[in-house]
Amino acid sequence: MNAATETLHFVRNEQVEAAPPPRLVRGPLAWMRENLFSSIPNALLTLATIYLLYVIVPPVLRFFILDAVWVGVDRDACRAETVGRPVGACWAFVADKINYFIYGSYPIPERWRVDVFFVLLAIGVAWMLWLNAPRRGLGAIYFFVVLPILSVLLLAGFKPLSLPPVQTSLWGGVLVTIVVSAVGIVFSLPFGVLLALGRRSKLPIVRLFSVVFIEFVRGVPLITVLFMANTMLPLFLSEGVTIDRLMRPLVGVALFASAYMAEVVRGGLQAMPKGQYEGAMALGLSYPRMMYFIILPQALRIVIPGIVNTFIGLFKDTTLVAIVGIFDLIRTIEASRVDPNWATPTTSLTGYAFAAVFYFLCCWGMSRYSLGVERRLAAGQKR
Amino acid sequence: MTTQRTAPSPGVTLKTETAVEMLGVHKWYGEFHVLRDINLKVQRGERIVICGPSGSGKSTMIRCINRLEEHQQGRIVVDGIELTNDLKRIDEIRRDVGMVFQHFNLFPHLTILENCTLAPIWVKKMPKKDAEEVAMKYLKRVKIPEQANKYPGQLSGGQQQRVAIARSLCMNPKIMLFDEPTSALDPEMVKEVLDTMVGLAEEGMTMLCVTHEMGFARQVADRVIFMDYGQIVEMNTPDEFFRNPQHERTKLFLSQILH
Ligand SMILES: Nc1ncnc2c1ncn2[C@@H]1O[C@H](COP(=O)(O)OP(=O)(O)OP(=O)(O)O)[C@@H](O)[C@H]1O
Ligand SMILES: [Mg+2]
Repeated sequence: MNAATETLHFVRNEQVEAAPPPRLVRGPLAWMRENLFSSIPNALLTLATIYLLYVIVPPVLRFFILDAVWVGVDRDACRAETVGRPVGACWAFVADKINYFIYGSYPIPERWRVDVFFVLLAIGVAWMLWLNAPRRGLGAIYFFVVLPILSVLLLAGFKPLSLPPVQTSLWGGVLVTIVVSAVGIVFSLPFGVLLALGRRSKLPIVRLFSVVFIEFVRGVPLITVLFMANTMLPLFLSEGVTIDRLMRPLVGVALFASAYMAEVVRGGLQAMPKGQYEGAMALGLSYPRMMYFIILPQALRIVIPGIVNTFIGLFKDTTLVAIVGIFDLIRTIEASRVDPNWATPTTSLTGYAFAAVFYFLCCWGMSRYSLGVERRLAAGQKR
Repeated sequence: MTTQRTAPSPGVTLKTETAVEMLGVHKWYGEFHVLRDINLKVQRGERIVICGPSGSGKSTMIRCINRLEEHQQGRIVVDGIELTNDLKRIDEIRRDVGMVFQHFNLFPHLTILENCTLAPIWVKKMPKKDAEEVAMKYLKRVKIPEQANKYPGQLSGGQQQRVAIARSLCMNPKIMLFDEPTSALDPEMVKEVLDTMVGLAEEGMTMLCVTHEMGFARQVADRVIFMDYGQIVEMNTPDEFFRNPQHERTKLFLSQILH
């Protein structure tokens, strides 16, 4: 035959061997050229960024680390006049006050109880967060039932175990911040789920209640909720019954967080395809089982970023309880920074920096954890 | 071809001879009259194929049988139990009626095995080990036992649909409903699903199947139903139905889908 037919008909009779992919250009120089200087605007941006870093980083480093004072017993350690050199952050102040920042005015001989609480909490959190942990069902019971009861007995006091009572007005600092956030986080998720389900319920009364609650609580600032919890909760109770001063903002924060959580969860529920409900119903699963086994696990997974976002917001919002007279971490710092013993130009700034580092580490941890969970879940069930 | 089941022996209660009975069933979506006077009696062991143009109400009709949709007039009796608003009865019926959907509706966050054991464990209160045994038995039947620990997203469409069938069978249903089980599948996967369904039919399962697979209808159906505008327009044995359609609309429909 001729050449024309040869190109029209083609039959492969040899397998093409697998070849390695073409080698990528590697090395720091190639990386920089590709990512930092790929075009003129990109190069300009890179240079501008380098300049900004040059302006910002050295002074910050100098203030917080190089010129900082790490040890000392009073203000003299942190004053340029007495030290004889420029003074940056006064970490000695934080070191001196650290127990107050952590425990507030909790009586010193009883502070071990707070430490035990922190350890118990850490165990519970680790058990819940570590997805491959053994007996996670037991862990959930520990976290949601045993831990709260133990904590109350431990922190507030329990006569039979010869734990003398400690007034909540003495609690303060990190302890209060952790207690308020933990209560908010632990209650907001289940309540939020119930409210979200209520808002989608077929029963008009349930739906109405959920909508009114969510819209009302979301429609007012947290400070208002806190004030209302502070002044109105006692009104709902009969004469003579007093409700603990710390309990009131706890209720307020829990309600507030639940309303936000409800909307986040509802978003997840809305994203669930109808087929999942139908598949579950056709198998004869009852509504609670369908929700528990099929719908909620998937819906909550979809909204993990939103849930963590709400947790982070809640964690930072707990600082507002200071308004109703609760000594959270910020309030203890506020009280300490005006201590004449430590009156130096950099005391306040150091105190706030300490708070910033504390809040940042906690929130960043939550954020990293949620990213890890998302990635893991995505790998677990490729859709 | 089977045209008529053996007549029920006298003395057998209604519960054992009639699987599904629909009497004057009407349904509306708002103003839209989607089911109009549906009358259908399905004997135990009968295989019914339902076809008809899109939007004619086929899905709605079979979804009324397990109360995924609610009918507003008429009576539906499934397995001797009349469908009312009584949730207990609905649960009872759903336990006995399996359903396979066009889009499988497997649970993507559970493994194949968990998909199959969830309902037996929680609805039938079967011990987990027994449920897993049953599940493996049916997964073998649909020829994918080796996929038991994978997630649905890791399977092909045909495999997923076979899992969906196995999942229904694990509840040991008396009646199976199929809503276009092959129409979301690539052509080369249709056969594996149809083969599974033929196997089921040969074992005497009562089946109501919405499908446009006319080969399947010819092979296994006892009756073919043609629906249009929410009504049953024609109902006949497959032989008669395909060779000698009576109604104009049936003729038109058949001429469109049988080339
Ligand atoms: N939830 C609903 N609300 C309002 N109308 C609906 C609803 N579901 C279905 N319909 C309408 O009812 C009619 C019948 O729907 P159905 O799903 O039973 O048709 P079908 O015969 O199964 O069609 P197809 O072959 O496309 O699946 C259609 O016209 C559809 O638009
Ligand atoms: Mg349909």
